[in-house]
Amino acid sequence: MLEIKNLHVTVADKPILKGLDLTIDAGEVHAIMGPNGAGKSTLGYALAGRDGYEVTEGSVTYRGQNLLEMEPEERAAAGMFLAFQYPVEIPGVSNTTFLKSALNSIRRAKGEKELDAMEFLKLIRAKTRQLGMTDEMLKRAVNVGFSGGEKKRNEVLQMAVLDPAFCVLDETDSGLDIDALRIVADGVNALRGPDRAILVITHYQRLLDYIVPDKVHVLAHGRIARTGDKSLALELEEKGYAEFGVDEAA
Amino acid sequence: MATETSPIQSYLDQYGRVAPALPRGDLPWLAALREAGLARFRQQGFPTARVEAWKYTSLRPLEKLTFEPARPKGGGAGIDLLPTVMPHGQPAHRMVFVDGAFRGDLSTVGTLPEGVVITSLAEALTSHADLLERHLGRVGVTDSNPFQALNTAFIADGLVIHLPKGSNVAEPIEAVFIGTGSDGSKSDGPTMHHPRILVVAEPNAEATLVEHHVGLGTGTYFSNVVTEIAAAEGVRLHHYKVQRESGQAFHLSTVTADLAKDVSYDNFVLTMGARLSRNEIKPVLNGTGVECRLSGAYMVGGQQHCDTTTVIDHVKPQCTSREVYKGVIDDTGRAVFQGKIIVRPDAQKTDGYQLNRALLLSDTAEIDSKPELEIYADDVKCSHGATAGELDDDQLFYLRARGIDRESARNLLIAAFLADAIEEVRIDTVREAFQSMVTGWLRSRGA
Repeated sequence: MLEIKNLHVTVADKPILKGLDLTIDAGEVHAIMGPNGAGKSTLGYALAGRDGYEVTEGSVTYRGQNLLEMEPEERAAAGMFLAFQYPVEIPGVSNTTFLKSALNSIRRAKGEKELDAMEFLKLIRAKTRQLGMTDEMLKRAVNVGFSGGEKKRNEVLQMAVLDPAFCVLDETDSGLDIDALRIVADGVNALRGPDRAILVITHYQRLLDYIVPDKVHVLAHGRIARTGDKSLALELEEKGYAEFGVDEAA
Repeated sequence: MATETSPIQSYLDQYGRVAPALPRGDLPWLAALREAGLARFRQQGFPTARVEAWKYTSLRPLEKLTFEPARPKGGGAGIDLLPTVMPHGQPAHRMVFVDGAFRGDLSTVGTLPEGVVITSLAEALTSHADLLERHLGRVGVTDSNPFQALNTAFIADGLVIHLPKGSNVAEPIEAVFIGTGSDGSKSDGPTMHHPRILVVAEPNAEATLVEHHVGLGTGTYFSNVVTEIAAAEGVRLHHYKVQRESGQAFHLSTVTADLAKDVSYDNFVLTMGARLSRNEIKPVLNGTGVECRLSGAYMVGGQQHCDTTTVIDHVKPQCTSREVYKGVIDDTGRAVFQGKIIVRPDAQKTDGYQLNRALLLSDTAEIDSKPELEIYADDVKCSHGATAGELDDDQLFYLRARGIDRESARNLLIAAFLADAIEEVRIDTVREAFQSMVTGWLRSRGA
């Protein structure tokens, strides 16, 4: 589904990713772990198409298309979804308006019929309840006044509503207590399926107890330094990232 | 060396020509009022940039043109569908003016509470001459606004609202001022009109006035509006306005209001049109317990220039004033905000708040923001804030990453930015109408 080859990305002229290779097939869940500053978030932003994340070399092929040539909104319409590490607050735009605009934009791009207010409400009501969110959170401005956990839940809600084919979860576990973590993980697990791939970016092994990955990669110095199965995550938890030449004080 | 003709000369000439034909010149007080207006205009002349109140707004483009007084036009006047703020079919009283002249054939005033008068000024000069003699030209006459004086010199038509004690006009009163930019002759040169609005509200009366200034076509014209409000004790007046004059029009507006004890006055201006516009709003808080709210949203693009100048004069103690203005400026548009709050020695316990925020959409857009506090009392609470910024890249990216295209994402953020100013409009139907005008403006901008 997604094939990344020799990806080099610079941010503000500073090379961050330096030849990253990664292939993820439909139905798989991969985890990318690594120390702070290894370039984990940069990978997420580069896949989503953020300005300022300049690809200087390499390629990203998504469902046979050159992802790097697409605008962020085109990527979203093609099923690419990035759950932000720091979801953005948008005062003045209600969560409902935002979700409806997003969903209908994507439906329009796919040539599907837009949902009217009633159809849309029916759709999000069910998803909202599954994630333990209240209707009141839908009326509020996007992420404004949301707690850390509420923001992350809101990301997963957007994911559930927009029904993407490829999800990147950037540090979705950060700032969550154990109950919130479980709810978020349940939400993500509900989206697992043969037609969907998920890339979980995380610093800690904890989230992977709940979202069990098929493969675990270690990202260090801008490249994939090692790939293994879920036991690699446990090993990293124990030994840290020292063997990858990273001295991280715990 | 050639001497440049004074820019006011053409106006003086016009006055000489039309004065004999102005309505009710036989009323001595009215003739005197017009003459006094002309004298003040002549004495003040066109303000230059050296005049503090006009420092940021150059009138050169206006000075260069010569305007003929608009002549009343008969039926038709190219109006197929009356542009309105209040949706057609919704209960509202509607007074329509074309190039400053009242058009009874286009107007509809429904059943009014006993004693309430809503009429054209031309008509009122005959039917309510006493009322006009008592109130016209009484509120907020200054030596720093030649256009108010010019309007007074040319007083001919406009809107008169008289609300007797305790009356409540439930439906909004919509005054539609249509500018055609055509003088009715073949030459179709620039025209001018000077509508006058007078609101006299007796104690505890309540009403909603919606001014709608709209241009049909692309003509060049000069709309010089003066609104005078005399609000007695306990009056509640909602005063809303949308300005969407034609792109070549000049719109200068002066609102003066005398607010007595416990008056609640709220004024909102939505600015979209005109090449050059200025809204000068000057309420005097002349009794205790007045609540005065001035707010507005301006959307300026192309080479438009939009000036908002407010002077809130706290004369008496325990009054509250609140200002929330928000503007969006694109292309080489320029906006000016001058907000002055005066707190007189007697006006203890004054509570004043002022905010002007501008969103700049291009590198060449410009905002000049000048808050000014003049405080002579010691026990007051006054704050002001002014910001100018651009659209937030993080927000834009977040929206786009969810599938919303760049243009729609920008429009969503711009509408959100303006939303809390528009929230200041308390009457739901008006607020919703304004919101959809904003949406329409955003859509019409294109890429």
